[in-house]
Amino acid sequence: MSHPLIEVEHLTMRFGGLLAVDDVSFAAWPGQITAVIGPNGAGKTTLYNCITGFYKPTVGRLTLREGDRTWLLERMLGFEIGQKARVARTFQNIRLFGGMTVLENLLVAQHNKLMRASGWSLLGLAGVRGFREAEAAAIELARGWLERIGLVADADRPAGELPYGAQRRLEIARAMCTEPRLLCLDEPAAGLNPRESAELNQLLTSIRDRDGVGVLLIEHDMSVVMSISDRVVVLDYGRKIADGDPAQVRRDPAVIRAYLGAEEGVDA
Amino acid sequence: MGARLPAILKDAGLTAFVAAALGIFIVGFRTIDIGSTRGLSFDYEFVDLAIAVATVFLGRLGLQLAAAGQRLPAIALGVILFVVGVSPLKMPSTFLHWFVALGGVALILRGMWPWAQAAIGSAGASPRGVALKQAGTKWFGWALLGGAVLMPFSPMADQKTMDLGVLILTYVMLGWGLNIVVGLAGLLDLGYVAFYAVGAYAYALLSTQHGMGFWAVLPVAGMIAALFGVLLGFPVLRLRGDYLAIVTMGFGEIIRLVLLNWVDLTNGPAGIGSIPGPTFFGATFTERAPAGGQTFSEMMGIPFSSNHRLIFLYYLILALALVTHLFTQRMRRLPVGRAWEALREDETACQALGINPTNTKLTAFAVGAMFAGFAGCFFAAKQRFISPESFVFIESAIILAIVVLGGMGSQIGVVLASILLIGMPEWFRDLGNYRMLAFGLAMVLIMVYRPRGLVAHREPSVRLHPADPGGGR
Repeated sequence: MSHPLIEVEHLTMRFGGLLAVDDVSFAAWPGQITAVIGPNGAGKTTLYNCITGFYKPTVGRLTLREGDRTWLLERMLGFEIGQKARVARTFQNIRLFGGMTVLENLLVAQHNKLMRASGWSLLGLAGVRGFREAEAAAIELARGWLERIGLVADADRPAGELPYGAQRRLEIARAMCTEPRLLCLDEPAAGLNPRESAELNQLLTSIRDRDGVGVLLIEHDMSVVMSISDRVVVLDYGRKIADGDPAQVRRDPAVIRAYLGAEEGVDA
Repeated sequence: MGARLPAILKDAGLTAFVAAALGIFIVGFRTIDIGSTRGLSFDYEFVDLAIAVATVFLGRLGLQLAAAGQRLPAIALGVILFVVGVSPLKMPSTFLHWFVALGGVALILRGMWPWAQAAIGSAGASPRGVALKQAGTKWFGWALLGGAVLMPFSPMADQKTMDLGVLILTYVMLGWGLNIVVGLAGLLDLGYVAFYAVGAYAYALLSTQHGMGFWAVLPVAGMIAALFGVLLGFPVLRLRGDYLAIVTMGFGEIIRLVLLNWVDLTNGPAGIGSIPGPTFFGATFTERAPAGGQTFSEMMGIPFSSNHRLIFLYYLILALALVTHLFTQRMRRLPVGRAWEALREDETACQALGINPTNTKLTAFAVGAMFAGFAGCFFAAKQRFISPESFVFIESAIILAIVVLGGMGSQIGVVLASILLIGMPEWFRDLGNYRMLAFGLAMVLIMVYRPRGLVAHREPSVRLHPADPGGGR
């Protein structure tokens, strides 16, 4: 297989006396869905916040690679990770721009591209053709995503008015509108009913297969994890305890112990 | 109904008692100075109190009757109150006349409200009503603009009205400028008047000391103010909400104190006087032309009138305000405008989408400050004299109140709120000492009935389905 899309090496995140992530190393490949699972408080979201620049890791290296180009994420400012390395993410508690319409949410995601086209607003104020064309293209891209998540008819409604499941899908579409190399999803299936969960599976596999984007997935819903992941990384108490394909991980005694408790009743 | 009458009477009596208990010390007694040797003495104004308490009793009775479905008795009570209020009956003060009459009007309105509501409801639901409403929202702004353009030619345009018009338009412009920072970008700025001061002093200093004209300084003043906007922006980038408000408030005070104490540059509290007024293609609005110049009346070949200057100032600030509005509307549809709104909604999500929050905030501060600078430049040219006293905190508070009262981010709301907030204290002048009381009451009523501002509707910056103004459904 080709070189990995993102390589996490010896990542450690310490909050005062609490070791939230302890020397975790793993890799994710382009065009694959890599799930990160683990019991509550295992450090999954902290790991995400390190990758997407919300935390500066205490120790470790995060390398994103595409072709010959590499980005060292731990050295970049928070917004640069989205802007330059193009790592997009969604949030455990949905963070849409609730007062803005669905379409506007998807256009804000294309901000950097449109800013360049609008000549940092100067050409845009003059209303030059290049900008109008770029905006029309951005709206087309947004329309394409709205078709894929089935929200075309709701495009002009405030995003905050949508039902919960639609908001989850919209947040994924918004992340995809940044045209990311790596998409990090934080519990996208939380609170979805079985039908919506199945739709989500379809959406995620289509993102992997059609768009060729590498997906990193935190999830508690094992039906989602086991049916669509290509690789599973298991964390417990901030440490990696297993890493492999779903079938392998499911049989791993350390994983079973972490989820169901050790047979002799001693904490692992 | 019969069974409820005692309860209603009891409630009205209780209300009247509360009014009497509150009013006895505020209205019932009055200290009067009876000469330096004997000090203060009491004057009793129990007639005032009795009239007020009776009005409260009847008003409460009417309100309760209306709430119980007895509209006609309520309206009848309102009519009685109104007639008594406007009658030539001798009451101790004009305020009481107003109080009784307005109480009657309120009661009549309350009595008729259910009918009005039903009528509005059915009219709004009918297809013609829907079309009318859409046309109304579409044309309301244009109607306001038309009214503003024609105002100087209407018979009501005396000097007082024109002065008020200029004042209101200045606040409209400032409100629109602050709307960018507070309404769109969601950065609570309590020191906005600082940029207004920077623009005003920029014009005052450049014109009196370097002989620069109004039109040459206007863009410079805007740019200097924008620079100060960025200067303020840098230290406050990481702050949000209340903390941001406190720091911006401090910044406003710093600017005022510097203006007050840097006597060499700003002449301190004495201010800067004899600032030249704005010119119209080089023509001044004075009676006699300066050396080598020309006056407006000479240019037009019409006799001199001091009104010309006022009308010119009116159209000047109208044009400046409209430029602010058009610029903002345009910016809202650009990526940076959407990023401002996104930043207001959720800064964390913005960062995750690769939007640089620093630059986005700084542009909002700079653009907002620039328009305050323009307005300040106009203010200095209009007043011909400025001093730090014009740029106190209460000005920032009024501008912010205009934005909040109008409905955050709403452009037409700013206009309505300016008319109310700046115009109302003028209209209530007849009420004398009770002016601010009436003003405060009006503010409370607006915030109770329209908690999200006068115009809470947000028009999307772009639509996927433009043919359907209903919002995609």
